[in-house]
Amino acid sequence: MFSHVLHAGYRRFLVRGRTNEEWLAGLRGPDRDRVIGDLRAVIVRGLKVTFAGRVRGLDETAEDLAQDALIRVMGNLDSFRGESRFTTWAQRIAVRVAYTELRRRRWRDVSLHEVVERHEGGRQPDALADRGPSPERETSRKMMAETLRGFIVEELTERQRGAMVAVMFEGMPLEEAARRMQTNRNALYKLLHDARKKLKRRIEAEGLSAKEMLEALGDG
Amino acid sequence: MLNPEDLGNLARALDMTSDEELACDECFEKLDRFVEMELDGLDAASAMPLVQDHLDKCGDCREEYQALLDALRVEKGWTPVSLIWVRMRRFFQGDRGQG
Repeated sequence: MFSHVLHAGYRRFLVRGRTNEEWLAGLRGPDRDRVIGDLRAVIVRGLKVTFAGRVRGLDETAEDLAQDALIRVMGNLDSFRGESRFTTWAQRIAVRVAYTELRRRRWRDVSLHEVVERHEGGRQPDALADRGPSPERETSRKMMAETLRGFIVEELTERQRGAMVAVMFEGMPLEEAARRMQTNRNALYKLLHDARKKLKRRIEAEGLSAKEMLEALGDG
Repeated sequence: MLNPEDLGNLARALDMTSDEELACDECFEKLDRFVEMELDGLDAASAMPLVQDHLDKCGDCREEYQALLDALRVEKGWTPVSLIWVRMRRFFQGDRGQG
């Protein structure tokens, strides 16, 4: 038992001291199975830290996700540019693989349509009336809210509005919204960025600023 | 129909919106260097402001950044207890992406 622990500790010490070049050579060389095993251990440790207390069957989940991540890492070895430690690069990929899968599982039964519908039928804008300290401030807040709603309708496409509701207001992960919209996360971020820029420009064209809106809405 | 909380979040997001923002893929490409700078005690946010800006705005990327940071901290010898404190602080600071 003691020798097993000692051996595991020594292995970890060796793995930590491995240079990027040694990792790459090892993963491509005749001893690759052992080096892949070392990398798997690093990835599993990282995933266990990330998901401790958040998923059922942590050990099994971490092992499964690490396997998927290793396949991705091995398929992308040529794209490693050596700008960070190799294990950091590999763990970055593992985290992305793991979160993609876990978000997919968590949101599996939720449709985009359902999220948008739920939002439409949710809290009422009249709740605004409960928050104002004075009638003047309340009036200004309501006007600003109506103005912003008008800009959203006039400036944004239906696709942008749907994405905005799902991601910004209902907390759906970008990745999951993207999957439902037949696009990818990067493109959806750009779509929402364009939407924010359009709204901001419109606000400025009307002689206002986002900061003034924020203040008028009582969040400034 | 947008409720008051949505409108506030949207106005805040618009206030933070810049013409030049990194998208998720560009942020991901730089994330390993960004995290290593943080772990080395350097000011990653000042050195790579567009990455920090994206992490401030994108919930998905922020979640992955924090996970990577935690994983590497444990590799460096941080204890699980110290990580719990860090996570609690994040929780109380609140979290919502803008896309």
